[in-house]
Amino acid sequence: MLESSWPLLSVLIWLPIVGGVLVLLLGDGREAQGRMLALVVAGLSFLLSLGLLTGFQPDTAAMQFVELRPWVESLGVNYFLGVDGISMPLILLTTFSTVLVIMAGWGRITYKPSLYFACFLIMSGIVVGVFSALDAILFYVFWEAVLVPMFLIIGIWGGQNRIYATIKFFLYTFAGSVLMLVALIYLQFQAGSFAILDMYGLNLPLSTQIWLFIAFLLAFAIKVPMWPVHTWLPDAHVQAPTGGSVILAAIMLKIGGYGFVRFSLPVVPGASLELDWLMILLSLIAVVYIGLVAMMQQDMKKLIAYSSIAHMGFVTLGFFVIFDIMVRTGGSGALLALGGGMVQMISHGFISAAMFLCVGVLYDRMHTRMISEYGGVANRMPVFAGLFLLFAMANAGLPGTSGFVGEFMVILAAFQANFWYAFAAALTLILGAAYTLWMVKRVMYGEVANDKVAALQDVDAREKLVLGTLAVAVLWLGLYPGPLVEVMEPTLANLLEIVAAGL
Amino acid sequence: MTVDAFETPDLMLALPEIWLLAMACVVLVVDLFATDRDHGPAYWLTQLTLVVGAVLTIQTQWGVDATTFSGTYVADSAGVILKVSVMLLAFLGFAYSRDYMRDRGLLRGEYYMLSLFAVLGMVVTISAHSLLTLYLGIELMSLCLYALVAMDRDSVRASEAAMKYFVLGALASGMLLYGMSMLYGTTGSLDMATIREAVATLEENRLLFLFGLVFLVVGVAFKFGAVPFHMWVPDVYQGAPTPITLMIATASKVAAVGLFLRLIGDGLQPLVSDWQQMLTVLAVLSLIVGNIVALVQTNIKRMLAYSTFNHIGFIFLGFIAGTASGYAASVFYAVTYSLTVAAAFGVVLLLSRAGYEADQLSDFKGLNDRSPLFALVTLILMVSLTGIPGTVGFYAKWMVLKAVVEEGMIWLAVMAVLGAVVGAFYYLRLVRYCYFDKPEGEGPQPNGSGGFRAVLAVNGLAILVLGIFPGTLIALCMAAFGV
Repeated sequence: MLESSWPLLSVLIWLPIVGGVLVLLLGDGREAQGRMLALVVAGLSFLLSLGLLTGFQPDTAAMQFVELRPWVESLGVNYFLGVDGISMPLILLTTFSTVLVIMAGWGRITYKPSLYFACFLIMSGIVVGVFSALDAILFYVFWEAVLVPMFLIIGIWGGQNRIYATIKFFLYTFAGSVLMLVALIYLQFQAGSFAILDMYGLNLPLSTQIWLFIAFLLAFAIKVPMWPVHTWLPDAHVQAPTGGSVILAAIMLKIGGYGFVRFSLPVVPGASLELDWLMILLSLIAVVYIGLVAMMQQDMKKLIAYSSIAHMGFVTLGFFVIFDIMVRTGGSGALLALGGGMVQMISHGFISAAMFLCVGVLYDRMHTRMISEYGGVANRMPVFAGLFLLFAMANAGLPGTSGFVGEFMVILAAFQANFWYAFAAALTLILGAAYTLWMVKRVMYGEVANDKVAALQDVDAREKLVLGTLAVAVLWLGLYPGPLVEVMEPTLANLLEIVAAGL
Repeated sequence: MTVDAFETPDLMLALPEIWLLAMACVVLVVDLFATDRDHGPAYWLTQLTLVVGAVLTIQTQWGVDATTFSGTYVADSAGVILKVSVMLLAFLGFAYSRDYMRDRGLLRGEYYMLSLFAVLGMVVTISAHSLLTLYLGIELMSLCLYALVAMDRDSVRASEAAMKYFVLGALASGMLLYGMSMLYGTTGSLDMATIREAVATLEENRLLFLFGLVFLVVGVAFKFGAVPFHMWVPDVYQGAPTPITLMIATASKVAAVGLFLRLIGDGLQPLVSDWQQMLTVLAVLSLIVGNIVALVQTNIKRMLAYSTFNHIGFIFLGFIAGTASGYAASVFYAVTYSLTVAAAFGVVLLLSRAGYEADQLSDFKGLNDRSPLFALVTLILMVSLTGIPGTVGFYAKWMVLKAVVEEGMIWLAVMAVLGAVVGAFYYLRLVRYCYFDKPEGEGPQPNGSGGFRAVLAVNGLAILVLGIFPGTLIALCMAAFGV
């Protein structure tokens, strides 16, 4: 493990949290200073998180930037932070998205703006904590704490039915994760320590592993979310304010995927092998069935929410198809599958954020999300229409955009496992194109539908900046995914070794 | 217990109790001469008594493990934690209740005097090392609490609550006493150490012992208010004046933990496999019943009453583990839970004013618009009661679960966490009212003196701070049980 001389991870966790508290203390009376402070803190966090990238040693699977301090000494809980190739890109995604969200809320939030910005900053710190915690209890603390700000964001600034949505969101995710706490306590008892890395390679009996796997599965599957525990997501997305949707899609869902690679695969590999058919089945249902559901949506946000579930299906498919490849067919594509899942997570972070921001741009002007109330928007908002089309194409998995890379890697690897897996997964290229482009057609093109559309103004400088940044990210990851894959590869290869050793 | 020779008891060891007793008398006398209707001297003297009492307890009893008064009184570290918590909780209760009691004409000298005697009863219970002392402490506490519940004598609700509390409490005392008589009958001793030895080497009369044990467990469960001996709790919580409810909900729970630890956890430790089963039934029922009924409450005092059962279930889980770390977890749970609930009742008191009880859940609607600070405090409290990390409630639950899992009772842990999910629903409803809803009409404004607000805010934020830095308190609890 590589110790760090400077507690960069701690700063990335606590700077936004302290900043959030300060914004809250500034109050709504000094809104302009408050949001400026929020932007400065978020921007500073992002710049500092780039230090993780530059200081990262991509040739090792060891934990880096490690900080280890006793926290609750009498119970053996440590304040144990560190990142590897899996978590580092996700942390960057978090700090990056937070900046975008703060810019997106700029001047748009009139009710209690200080609390709004404070919630996002605090959430950003907590999520960085989730990705960097190497102590199981510390992980759980951050994992659960993230619910509170999100609960407030949806409940206070959400739409008509926000209270139902936010309570459903909270109870669903809380119910899923409490069993994980019991599993973590049990694992500590077996491993003799709460350090996550000590929980690897325990070689527990298969029946125990299966119980643990189920406990983890509930927690992570609800967060991802996988079919059939996905029903909270469309509600939460539709009701959440734009910023909330962005964070939900770009970051919160990734926490679930991260959980699978950090816990399920290496801690209980035997059970993962045993139940991989289930995971693959659920993933393919998400890809195909939810894709069809998305096509039928009348509400733009709901459509994107369902497409998120379908895309996250690729992530879980990539993570669990490795067993078929490694054990049953003996192919070498396992690394490709894992890498594909990871790239898909990052890429989905950009694309879904962009899509929700685009809907937010329209909603701010028209106050409706119904596809039927739009039409011919491109005539009035040409710049916006171009950007929207780009993100839609990326969502559909067009080569050259980030959406293509992850999906292609997973499909390619799935071929080595079973032709029909790959076939079902590849259907998404048709379905994704169908539901996304059909929406674009109905919203953007054709005649100007009504007077409200006729009165639309094109995106202003702030919106251009936000969407433009994301467009660059989407294209960059689509055209040149090499660096990202290189960063992750040693860690993923090491993960595969741990999994193989545990089988 | 036979006293062979007269020995002078070590009075220094019992200094906190002696101090409390003396000061309670002083308060009584001073208040006789008080002329102002605020009863200022009695108030300040009482608070001083509690603070000094806590300091004395720590000074004279921490790290000690000795008995005095011919082995009927014990001073040890576990007792210190419980006693200091009792005094701290009483301190908070007095600080929160002054405006409320004055507005209702209940601020009389008796309030302070009776409460101090109740506190004395609690600390005596916690330090009891003989069945007689134990019973003495319990009765002193209970009798004072019955009177306090009935203090609002013109209120029908309060009278009904007091009656219920008294009758059922007397029944519980009877059970306890009957169980004790069996212990005495089989061992011929009132001394806990002797009883423990006798139980450990038990060969005959086992059935009689178990018979007595059943009564003891029932008596203890009554005092806790564990399901199915819980019927008095909601009515008493709702009917009693809120400051008295606060006292019953917090300090007396901590004292009940002391009662359990001295009588069963320690004294009857050798019978652990027998009482474990009984407590398991009680804990499971408490975890289920309380939560489900709490879902439909509209009165916050009743809601907190029903949700108490769930927390008692958790406290019992620590007892069931039967290990030192389990007891430490239960003590930690009881202390932090009481602190949280004290603040919750504090918020209710804050929103109440003359002629208006803010005890409906709907009174919290839109609190964030009226008072962001106390909406935040309510948020923290509810999050802590739910057991979300970042607040101290999480560590309490976690320590208990850890103790249970280490004893291999994983199904109990699973039940408990599922109960916590149900609990999340009604705790979150309060958060929802504070933040998402608009009040009907004006909604009650927070009113109260600056000191009250400051103490309440500190109490609320302490739940958060303890949630981020729980190490010290956990270490103290563990050290007290030698873990």
